Amino acid sequence: MSNIEREPMFSAKNIKLFTAPLSRDNPITVQVLGICSALAVTVKLKPAIVMALSVTIVVAVSNVVIAAMRKYITDRIRIIVQLVVIATMVILVDQVLKAYAFDVSKQLSVFVGLIITNCILMGRLEAFAMANKPWPSFIDGLGNGAGYGIILVVVAFFRELLGSGTLFGYPVMEKLGLYSTGYKNNGMMILPPMALIVVGLIIWFQRSRDKSLIEKK
Amino acid sequence: MQHLLNIFVKSIFIDNMVFAYFLGMCSYLAVSKTVKTSVGLGVAVVFVLLITIPVNFLVEHYVLKKGALAWLGKGFADVDLSFLTFMVFIAVIAAIVQLVEMIIEKFSPSLYNSLGIFLPLIAVNCAILGAALFMQDREYQTVTEATVFGVGSGIGWMLAIVSIAAIREKLRYSNVPDPLKGLGITFILTGLMAIAFMGFMGIKL
Repeated sequence: MSNIEREPMFSAKNIKLFTAPLSRDNPITVQVLGICSALAVTVKLKPAIVMALSVTIVVAVSNVVIAAMRKYITDRIRIIVQLVVIATMVILVDQVLKAYAFDVSKQLSVFVGLIITNCILMGRLEAFAMANKPWPSFIDGLGNGAGYGIILVVVAFFRELLGSGTLFGYPVMEKLGLYSTGYKNNGMMILPPMALIVVGLIIWFQRSRDKSLIEKK
Repeated sequence: MQHLLNIFVKSIFIDNMVFAYFLGMCSYLAVSKTVKTSVGLGVAVVFVLLITIPVNFLVEHYVLKKGALAWLGKGFADVDLSFLTFMVFIAVIAAIVQLVEMIIEKFSPSLYNSLGIFLPLIAVNCAILGAALFMQDREYQTVTEATVFGVGSGIGWMLAIVSIAAIREKLRYSNVPDPLKGLGITFILTGLMAIAFMGFMGIKL
């Protein structure tokens, strides 16, 4: 170990670790991880952002913890160890949300708890933290959390704007005077099925921009 | 009896795990390429839910809830362990899945061969933990209600994955635009199926 040259903290490789999950290696649209909670919390922007932040924190911190312990975890019990680390982080996040943002925490209901089984976490721990040092793992966690967050925010933006005509609760459509011209909110957008369709469209958009992502069959 | 039937139908169709709450989406998307494997995974999910939901219900009512430890003696009457819910639920689920895997391996190798590879996947399937958390959230009163809810959710999940797998098998011969192939079209299809399932809304027995 000692003869390996120490790489700088923000080397090109580490920066790439952060930027790749934002687009080319996005956890939701490319790796297909963490869909479960991504869709249910995107009716409004606010819960979506809170959820994105919580997931980012949990991924980053548990990545660091697991990366630090990676040499002591036996293969057979690694899933339990990972689950315990994640569950601890999620309990912390849940308690903080309950204390400081009770209404959002009520809106997110069971989905905060479901961060535990969010595949992004297990996926990143298995694929990255078990084989890398804490610092790159931390960046990888941040990157993947942010990539997840971007999709969440985009989906929530469209659903809130078109579904309820507001952004962060601010009545955008009303202020623009669209209602007087006969514009109506699309009630369909706030129903669960539209979340799936919006994500489908995002995938379509992304893949037609970047042909290398197209699935070959 | 009618009350239980109501919970059962509601958990299969109206509160469908996949279409209404997007739970278990990861394995739903990853394992739905052929009908055969998706039936295997579906059966495994129903089976695990059948066992874990009642167990988690009992754990919740006799250990975690505020005042649930009263049976240990007066000193425990106002202990509130509910902040440990997530940790305990996921531990119970992981342990039971491991146990079920070992039991099946021992007693029915043929079943193990068909279910075996799916069981470890299930421990981290959000549908299982999701069902446990919904069970707590909706405050079912008896263990029977909870079990019926668990089995119903499992069957609903299985229904969803088997039907999308059937559609995807047919879809192989269709002319889907390249960027939509695979994941994209599956999302849109699931969305359309979810719209269809919304037709069940409001049904009460």
